[in-house]
Amino acid sequence: MKRILPVIATAAVLIASATAQQPSPATAPQQPSDVSTTISSDQAGTAPRFGVPDFIALSKDAETLDAAQTIGRVLFDDLNFEREFALIPRDVYSTIPSPTSLADVAFDRWREINADGVIVGTVQKTDLGIRVEVRLFNVRTRTAAFSREYSGSVANKRLYAHTIADEIHQQQRALRGVARTKLTFNSDRDGERMSGTVESRGVKEIYIADYDGENQRRVTTQRSLNITSTWSPDGRSIAYTSYRRGAPTIFISNIYQGTLEEPTKSAGQTWLPAWSPDGTRIAFSSTRDGNSELYTANRDGSNIRRLTTSPAIDGTPTWSPTGTQIAFTSDRTGTPQIYIIGADGLGLRQLTRESYADRPTWSPAPYNEIAYTARTGPGNDIKVMELSTGQVRQLTFGEGTNESPSFSANGRHLAFMSTRSGKSQIFTISKDGKDLRQITRIGNNFQPDWSK
Amino acid sequence: MRRVGLNAVVTALVLSSLAVAACGGKKPPVARPAPPPPSADAGSASTRPPAPPEPVAEPTVVPQEPVRDERIASASLDDLNRSSPLMPAFFDYDSSELSSETQRALNANAGLLKQYPTWTVTIEGHCDERGTAEYNLALGERRAVTARAYLVSLGISSDRLRTVSYGKEFPFDPGHDEAAYAKNRRAHFVITAK
Repeated sequence: MKRILPVIATAAVLIASATAQQPSPATAPQQPSDVSTTISSDQAGTAPRFGVPDFIALSKDAETLDAAQTIGRVLFDDLNFEREFALIPRDVYSTIPSPTSLADVAFDRWREINADGVIVGTVQKTDLGIRVEVRLFNVRTRTAAFSREYSGSVANKRLYAHTIADEIHQQQRALRGVARTKLTFNSDRDGERMSGTVESRGVKEIYIADYDGENQRRVTTQRSLNITSTWSPDGRSIAYTSYRRGAPTIFISNIYQGTLEEPTKSAGQTWLPAWSPDGTRIAFSSTRDGNSELYTANRDGSNIRRLTTSPAIDGTPTWSPTGTQIAFTSDRTGTPQIYIIGADGLGLRQLTRESYADRPTWSPAPYNEIAYTARTGPGNDIKVMELSTGQVRQLTFGEGTNESPSFSANGRHLAFMSTRSGKSQIFTISKDGKDLRQITRIGNNFQPDWSK
Repeated sequence: MRRVGLNAVVTALVLSSLAVAACGGKKPPVARPAPPPPSADAGSASTRPPAPPEPVAEPTVVPQEPVRDERIASASLDDLNRSSPLMPAFFDYDSSELSSETQRALNANAGLLKQYPTWTVTIEGHCDERGTAEYNLALGERRAVTARAYLVSLGISSDRLRTVSYGKEFPFDPGHDEAAYAKNRRAHFVITAK
């Protein structure tokens, strides 16, 4: 994920003072140092309470002031997203005086509002852009539990906050945050029309966005139907289904190089690519042999292997985290249901017995779950099956129709499409069904996929 | 429920014995006999309609063929598709079966395609919005393929009939009721060459 925006080189420099500020060995608690830097709450079992005020602008130009404010606020949202820390509402500490440097934090005041930790940062203009320094202070011990320095361009100031959030989650909670992950989806927002048909048909193009919906950007420009986009595991390529040649085929866009690959040029219609976890193979549905079947192939289209032989529809593949199994949709019993088959074509078993189920998406480890779209009434809802127990829980409950779930890289969130706000839009939701967030608002948006 | 459980056990037994038989898993298992793909090409060559009579010696200064509708014969492709001489074949919900009404539409289309043997056609498969976008890609294709197979059975060469599925991407009626859905579940014919 660090390579996802190579344009902005954020050099993370660990500040040596982090350990220097620890209590001297004579008075150290009888705990290993990595535990002593983890901030916990006074009350066992509750999340530590953190304050995240705006960062301090050490240069007083407008750009630096804006960066300082943005980084603090985005960091607040990023930390809030994983709910590992109880973020104290910002108006509670609006009266606490802003520090003028990292050495000047009003710990007494933070202690008064029962803060366990406070994140203080500075932003300074440099010849190349900005330098950002940040500390997570333990309010009780007044020592820094986390210290970093970053420098780079000011162009994407949000990326500093995303990086800090991911590193704090990693250091404090051994949790892989998703603040630097991205979504891809397709959209008709530009209102362009297809050429060559007498009906007026709108195009759909592939877009990407940060996980929080910021920085939405268009990837494809063919004025065609481009759908079912999906991130390669390294986040540098997007595979998708495109109708630019008439019949649907799979394309791979290497988005930072501006190059295109077309692995499935041959006969038949081919759609719904899914990357293997190591990025070397793609699974897809194709009618190349006459009927919609499931296939895998190398990324360049070579070494094709057919996995299904049913006269029914087989499609919509998703790989298990180890790459040894593939879940997919088949209507061999009469209605579409989710099945699992080995990547070697062996060991078929039926997973769901819904009235209608499609678009399975396998969670990353350590969770062992498959989310899918299920018919629940006039519309569809998102359900998640725990594979070891077979237990199914429902995440949406008939607010519009809800389709196309995709897990975040840490398995704690899902993105999906919903019509609950009117048009088709992308939302994210926690895997426990809480914390719904709307990601897109312009045009209609479909089929999100969350980067690894 | 008991029967489902039993079936699962039987299936598991069959599959596991297949797994043993496959011995190293060089090939995908044949969980059940694979029927042939839709017989798109059945008899296409032999039943191809005869070419229209060519005028023998006369230069074609006067009307070419009295049977042809001059309005259709002279229209541009876009005009032709706008007036849709080929009727859409409609389908029931979540189905790719041909009702008798749908067969009548396809019979009429076969007649036109015999009358204009130079036409080539793309059969687009479309679905209503209730199914999922992903599954509908395959369902639309199955509708298009079903319509093509029927036309081939009536003597139209499969070479003239391409299929493409648009799933639920291009509804003909943007409404959200059964009247709209019924219009959107179709095999739609587009003349691509004449």
